[in-house]
Amino acid sequence: MEQSLARYIWTHTWKQQLWILAVVAASMIPFYMSFNLPKLIVNGPIQGQGFETPGTTQPFLRLAYDLPVFGETVFFSGISLDREQTLFALSMVFLLLVVVNGLFKLYINTYKGRLGERMLRRIRFELVDLVLRFPPHQFRRVKSAEIATMVKDEVEPLGGFIGDAFVQPALLGGQALTAMLFIMLQNFWLGLVALVIVMIQLGIIPRMRRRLIELGRQRQLTARQLSGRVGEIVEGIGAVHIHDTSNYERADIAARLGRIFKIRYDLYQWKFLVKFINNFLAQVTPFLFYLIGGYLALQGRLDVGQLVAVIGAYKDLPGPMKDLIDWDQARQDVQVKYAQVVEQFSIDHIVDSRIQAVSSESVPALDGPIAAVNLSLVDDSGARLLERVSVQIKPGEKVAVVGTAAGGAEVFAEAVARLIWPESGRIAIGGTDLLQLPESVVGRRMAYASSDAFLSQGTLRDNLLYSLKHAPLTPTVYDGELETQRNWEVGEARKAGNPDFDLNSDWVDYAAAGAKGPDDILLVIRPVLEAVALSRDILDLGLRASVDPSRHPEIVDRIVELRLALRERVAAEGVSGLVVPFEPGAYNQQATVGENLLFGTATGPELADKALASNPYFLSVLKSAGLDEVLYNMGLEIAGNAIELFSDLPPDHPFFQQLAFMTADEIPGYKVLLQKLKGRSYATVSEQDRAQIIMLSFAYIEPRHRFGLLTEDLMARIVEARSRFHEGLPKELAGAIERYDPMRFSTAASLMDNVLFGRIGHNQPDGPERIRAIVREILDELGLYDEVLDIGLEFNVGVGGRRLTGAQRQKLDLARALLKRADFLILNRPLSALDQRAQDQIVRNVLEEAKRDGRNPAIIWVLANPAMSQLFDRVIVFHGGELVEDGTHETLAARNGIFKGLLS
Amino acid sequence: MLLNDEVGMLRRVPLFSNVEPAKLKLLAFTSDRVSYGAGQILFRQGDEGDAAYVVLSGKADIIVDSPGGQVKVAEVEPNEIVGEIAILCDVSRTATVQASMPLEALRIRKDHFLRLLREFPEMTIEIIRVLADRLGHTTAELSEARSQERQAKH
Repeated sequence: MEQSLARYIWTHTWKQQLWILAVVAASMIPFYMSFNLPKLIVNGPIQGQGFETPGTTQPFLRLAYDLPVFGETVFFSGISLDREQTLFALSMVFLLLVVVNGLFKLYINTYKGRLGERMLRRIRFELVDLVLRFPPHQFRRVKSAEIATMVKDEVEPLGGFIGDAFVQPALLGGQALTAMLFIMLQNFWLGLVALVIVMIQLGIIPRMRRRLIELGRQRQLTARQLSGRVGEIVEGIGAVHIHDTSNYERADIAARLGRIFKIRYDLYQWKFLVKFINNFLAQVTPFLFYLIGGYLALQGRLDVGQLVAVIGAYKDLPGPMKDLIDWDQARQDVQVKYAQVVEQFSIDHIVDSRIQAVSSESVPALDGPIAAVNLSLVDDSGARLLERVSVQIKPGEKVAVVGTAAGGAEVFAEAVARLIWPESGRIAIGGTDLLQLPESVVGRRMAYASSDAFLSQGTLRDNLLYSLKHAPLTPTVYDGELETQRNWEVGEARKAGNPDFDLNSDWVDYAAAGAKGPDDILLVIRPVLEAVALSRDILDLGLRASVDPSRHPEIVDRIVELRLALRERVAAEGVSGLVVPFEPGAYNQQATVGENLLFGTATGPELADKALASNPYFLSVLKSAGLDEVLYNMGLEIAGNAIELFSDLPPDHPFFQQLAFMTADEIPGYKVLLQKLKGRSYATVSEQDRAQIIMLSFAYIEPRHRFGLLTEDLMARIVEARSRFHEGLPKELAGAIERYDPMRFSTAASLMDNVLFGRIGHNQPDGPERIRAIVREILDELGLYDEVLDIGLEFNVGVGGRRLTGAQRQKLDLARALLKRADFLILNRPLSALDQRAQDQIVRNVLEEAKRDGRNPAIIWVLANPAMSQLFDRVIVFHGGELVEDGTHETLAARNGIFKGLLS
Repeated sequence: MLLNDEVGMLRRVPLFSNVEPAKLKLLAFTSDRVSYGAGQILFRQGDEGDAAYVVLSGKADIIVDSPGGQVKVAEVEPNEIVGEIAILCDVSRTATVQASMPLEALRIRKDHFLRLLREFPEMTIEIIRVLADRLGHTTAELSEARSQERQAKH
């Protein structure tokens, strides 16, 4: 990036800067005129100058100039107006000038603002563009939060300054010069006094401000480091808790804040000292004028009128001078900020932008071999990771890479994926240096997956298809307002030097994955997910999700069919106790008392959870069914049991997950409540306390909790209350509940709950797992598997994919590497979070899946289990940073070398 | 069968017989009540052990895989615990347990059980006592078997 801010601004905005200077110059004319006009109004029509006799008229808007050659020339003889008409006309002109001046100001300010914002956009984009092109080792040195702060906050003030960068000094300098000149013309000596003071001001103030700038730089640095540290704490919060270092972190942050405080306080002290001196100098000048000017006047060398005029003119000097000095400070300030940021981003070996040029063309297959020649790699400290390795891997070859710990196998894979650059030697593909190949070739024809999978926030589908989003392939067609909007976006992007790629177009390269378009992509995704053993997880996510009927009408339409199929299957397998379906006229023993009463899913806050027990309508139904006192007694029993069982346990004990009735924090409250209610009859208990106790009964499930609180009679009464509840449901509650309906899909419940339409028996060993297995089979039989997979792919993976398990993240990363159908597939211990057996199975699956549709990619797999290398054509072995063995599994296993040692 | 009955059953299991009833109730509450049909398998030999089972009613066969096929080595009856070794030490199941008639059991999860041991030392001591007792028996049996073997050799 350009080192000097002024040059940077000028190169990108000189046309606009010249234009705005011209506009400012033009705006001076009405500005000056509006100064002159009040004098004309007061002296002319109001005081009566030129209108001495009644009926006199004066020409208005007469344009006549005394030109050197032509003599007096009249351009426009004007309109004759009398005194009142002139007053009116001149006042209108004044109003007009006010409007014109205002419009000029509006235009200039908006123009400057837009100019600044565009430049800000340009700078920010250039910074992020540079980050995208940083060489890999750079990322080991920078903290992400610091970069983010620089891009977001530190360049922000530049936007405000850029519009003023050239206009402001021109304008203010002009004003100050004019005032200075005026004073000079009145009296040379007084002018000299003013000039000297101004020179002192210009000399001292910026010098004093230098320290301010240094402090400002420190402030910026420390603040950036602070944000880096805060980011580190957030990311490493696990380590903080594990090692009990939270107080160390507190100390560190407090020390940093202390340093920042000191810098900022220093800054204030200097700032106000400078301000004081500045003000003093500005005020001392009139004092000198009075003293010297007055003395001169007394001596008769200066007339009083001149003195007054000088003092009057001097009033206009400090304003622009002060603004000018302020501008200069802003300039130095942003210059420092800019230089700071640029320094951080000026790095050697930035990747050439041509390497990352966007390409919508399909890239031909890589048909040459990958060859490492004398490849040496070092780490940041300069330690050798790989020592002069030469090896060639032909297209289609399946190579297992194994090695001793830190033997070099992993870094070799990283080097082939360009994640670490050679210290010496090189890697070439078909004779071209790997580092010279555009990313559009390497990123599409080669695939890489490692154990540290990076996922961005978004759906599973977004993350899965991320590996195919290389270029905006299908242009989006806009019309009407959207088209105007899009054109505006494109125009603005270009003006700020940003690319105008359309984020809304479909970036996914379906053809590369072997699909025709978005409709059949699932057909290629599914086998890949099966291969990495992820489809079951995603299916389960889909089953746990709630379904948007407009997006998945098929599953909604066929829900009754699904429910029926599940019933039949469960009956056929003789495990009907596995699911107890909801039936409008029967009590469901496996569901809670609350569910049995409501017989529906609460969709609004009125009937959800704790609000239910205090809902007046619901309570009235309980009362009329004679259930309120029964449930109250039941709640008392439950509270007694829960307190007996749990009151000894610390509040964060995992057993509390088993306690459905109350949270750990509520136990003391219930203890007190039980004491208070002991021996009191139901009638004397307050409404609020009743609700507190009745609420407990709603979570009760007899086979789960086994307190022995449900009788046949009670169950019958609950079912009766249920129908009463639904019959008399008032209109305002109609939207708060969705009743269980065997014939309809419930949008409020998860897909699994919809299919089950009942509860899994609590006494069934491994009930949920068995049910899931059955549901998976049924979905496959009914041809709905892909549909549910599709729903599962809409799952949001959370920040960094943290809503997935480590194993799922790694599988997903492997899946998207496979999805690309690359010519070289580099897999660097991609499944470290899985157990050995699962890893081995996936190795087999992936080798098989890579061959789909007659493809034959080269696979370079750094294996965690050397025994798996028998599935590969060739094995290369790394030890101590050197390639020590190379051959087929049989030959190496027969030899008495490192590989044999690894195998055993 | 209710929670309190289960506590009664647990007390009859030697491993738990001296543990306070309140702790047993917590153990019962945090355990799952599971029912098996005849022929259903509680766990298989070689599986990872994640729970112990206290049989409340019904019977189950303990079966061991041997080169000559599956061999029934013992039977579990009500009030007996099965699978406790696998949750005390990290070993895989040493036998398969299959219900021989409809069976009700209390499934005590490994993490819950270990948690209780950690939290209530008196319970741990009880259990150590029972295990030590068992070990004593086993050692006695072993030495007896050894001496018989030696006598047989001579």
